[in-house]
Amino acid sequence: MQLDPLILSRFQFAWVIAFHILMPAFTVGLGSYIALLEGMHFVTKREIYFRISAFWTKIFAVAFGMGVVSGIVMPFQFGTNWSRYADTTANVLSPLFAYEGLTAFFLEAAFLGVLLFGRQLVPRWAHFVSALMVALGTLFSSFWILAANSWMQTPAGYHIIDGRFFPVDWMHIIFNPSFPYRLAHTVTAFYISTALVVISVAAYLIRKNKSSEEARIMLSMTFWLLTLLVPLQVVLGDMHGLNTLQYQPAKLAAIEAHWESESRAPLILFALPDSKREANRAVIEIPLLGSLILTHDVNGEVPGLKHWPRDQRAPVAIPFFSFRLMVGIGFIMMLLITISVWLRSRRRLYNTPWFLRISQLSAPLGFIGILAGWTTTEVGRQPWTVYGLLRTADSVTPSLTGMNVIFSLAGYMTVYLLIFPVGLFLMARMIRNGVAQSVDTIAPVEGGQHRSPISTLGEEPS
Amino acid sequence: MMIDFVPLWTLLLAAAVFFYVLLDGFDLGVGILYGLAPERNARDLIMNSIAPVWDGNETWLVFGGLGLLAAFPLAFAIILPAVYFPILIMLLALAFRGVAFEFRNRNKEHASFWDHAFCFGSLIATFAQGIILGAYIQGFKVDGRHFEGSAFDCFTWFSLFTGIALIFGYSLLGAGWLILKTEGDLQDAARRHGRWCFIAVIVAICIVSLWTPLNDLDIAQRWFSWPNVIYLSPIPLVTIAIAFFEWRALNNLSETGPFIGAIGLFLISYCGIIISLFPMIIPHHFTLWQAASAPETQTFLLVGTMFLLPVIFMYSGWSYWVFRGKVRADVGYH
Repeated sequence: MQLDPLILSRFQFAWVIAFHILMPAFTVGLGSYIALLEGMHFVTKREIYFRISAFWTKIFAVAFGMGVVSGIVMPFQFGTNWSRYADTTANVLSPLFAYEGLTAFFLEAAFLGVLLFGRQLVPRWAHFVSALMVALGTLFSSFWILAANSWMQTPAGYHIIDGRFFPVDWMHIIFNPSFPYRLAHTVTAFYISTALVVISVAAYLIRKNKSSEEARIMLSMTFWLLTLLVPLQVVLGDMHGLNTLQYQPAKLAAIEAHWESESRAPLILFALPDSKREANRAVIEIPLLGSLILTHDVNGEVPGLKHWPRDQRAPVAIPFFSFRLMVGIGFIMMLLITISVWLRSRRRLYNTPWFLRISQLSAPLGFIGILAGWTTTEVGRQPWTVYGLLRTADSVTPSLTGMNVIFSLAGYMTVYLLIFPVGLFLMARMIRNGVAQSVDTIAPVEGGQHRSPISTLGEEPS
Repeated sequence: MMIDFVPLWTLLLAAAVFFYVLLDGFDLGVGILYGLAPERNARDLIMNSIAPVWDGNETWLVFGGLGLLAAFPLAFAIILPAVYFPILIMLLALAFRGVAFEFRNRNKEHASFWDHAFCFGSLIATFAQGIILGAYIQGFKVDGRHFEGSAFDCFTWFSLFTGIALIFGYSLLGAGWLILKTEGDLQDAARRHGRWCFIAVIVAICIVSLWTPLNDLDIAQRWFSWPNVIYLSPIPLVTIAIAFFEWRALNNLSETGPFIGAIGLFLISYCGIIISLFPMIIPHHFTLWQAASAPETQTFLLVGTMFLLPVIFMYSGWSYWVFRGKVRADVGYH
């Protein structure tokens, strides 16, 4: 059997990015949460916010470390496995990546050190500012990387000379048609995912009767946040869908498993798409609802895959099912917040055992939703890396052999399967220990230095 | 008419790569020397000396990579496939050593596993970077705009030698850092290790300085043709002066000297490589100008970079300043 470097490189990219995206999904939200807690501590002077912040900061450190090491891998993938993509798109995309480094990575790295180790070395306001800068860094990072990703989905502001992209208008490149929707949808998803983790941990702590005062504050804060964000996310998702219909109709047709273009289209709830026969089997559908949801008009026309030649269609089954998984998770979240609002109104949010148990189980929901959504949008873009312009097959490094990629893929799989489970295990253990009650046992997270630099010249400091 | 920003970008990128080599160089070197530390307290101290800054140091690697992609994309697209495996090995090794900072202290029952991950991760990542450097100096097989050789071409006796040389080089930087940040026995040990590394580094510099021109006629021409040989004679002379300074600093009580001397040796070696290759960015194939990105791209990125780099220096400097002075034994990474 001939090993195909293209398929293997795609699998390798999917592997490294799927693991990597879980970390920012968590640290973007947690960074903001820690900054909020530090701010509340700074303003109200209440010790409890400090304790909660210190608890999450330790977990943040582990997640961030894993995010950094898996993130460094990413830009090198463009060169090692996707060198023709790099050569073809660099004029347009590279500044966006570079600005991510300049505005986000340095900011996060410099202030993270102070956030983790400098609590006793800097004034309180400076520590708060450090938390704020780390949070800001994670958001800048999301901004640039999603601008680049969105440009690959809905390219704008470029022209093509000799098969390579050249910039024409940077505002159009950055604020390309799908970018605002993707940014809002993704960052909201990051916040929701983190909130669900916080809720899960809080529910666990309440159930185990550990640090329950802190846990109640966590649970209350985050359910309020979710009550706001989940409905917002449904609206954002809908707007993103309309945008996809307008700019990437072939992707939308694949997501919906629509083969024929039709108005008054049904909504397919379940089907087994068959690309060879260009039809679906075992279909469960609701009449008219497809047009209504996708175009906001029962008579609206929904595109069908047959409109495009076979070699310009995405594989149907993967985006079809991953999209339904994402939406399904959205429904579960809506249910969860509805119950939480009802219980809160009856003052039973903290002492309803079955609800706490369900809340505790909800930690992975957001991450599964993010991976499903990411799969939908990336597989749905196929067979292109730059939608409609640059094929994935024309993006891969020409010199690669299948064996090369087998080796590298095996390396990434082995190392990630060691590092990520261990990281998860260690975070779980920190959570089981609960929130440290006295500030002393939180330990001075200090790199260490003399009280004053002068004393290095003479006597030992006391 | 657009201004030619290629010289400025060359300077910026050269500086970024040098910052990376310097900053991650010392913390990778500290990681390598970590393996020689006798007991747990010493290891805690050594790790604490770089724990708050390693992440920022490694960011220069990302910026160097992305800067190359942005300013000279053709070079990026040719070099990275050519050094496919050293890059892979470097990334995986960096992953191990990066998580070891947190995992070692949170996973006490496996602390010795993460100790090894930290030390060998640093060692292997350094070796891989040395191979990349050697392979780059030797040049690549190119067809049109693509690398066309095998992913194993980069493993040569020369590149393996530069790999080993870099291990000693980074260790020397690391020893300099530890002399700066520690006291007593630990500092004495760092001086002792530093002296051995220094000898190895000087031997390596001499061998590479002879091996490179013997291998490459263009480079031999550059250095030994008349009158270049006169103009370039300060390079070996300055190298000898720095080497003299470094040896003295390692043997007297100077706390900052060894680190500064090591930086000097790296800087002069780096200048030597640039002199050998300029103006080629892909040796024998593409000049800086041929590999450069579109002027619009360079301009757009330059505007932000000129504003952001000074800001980055300011807050990174502040972060280093917060953790100034000697690492203390009584506080740790909890």
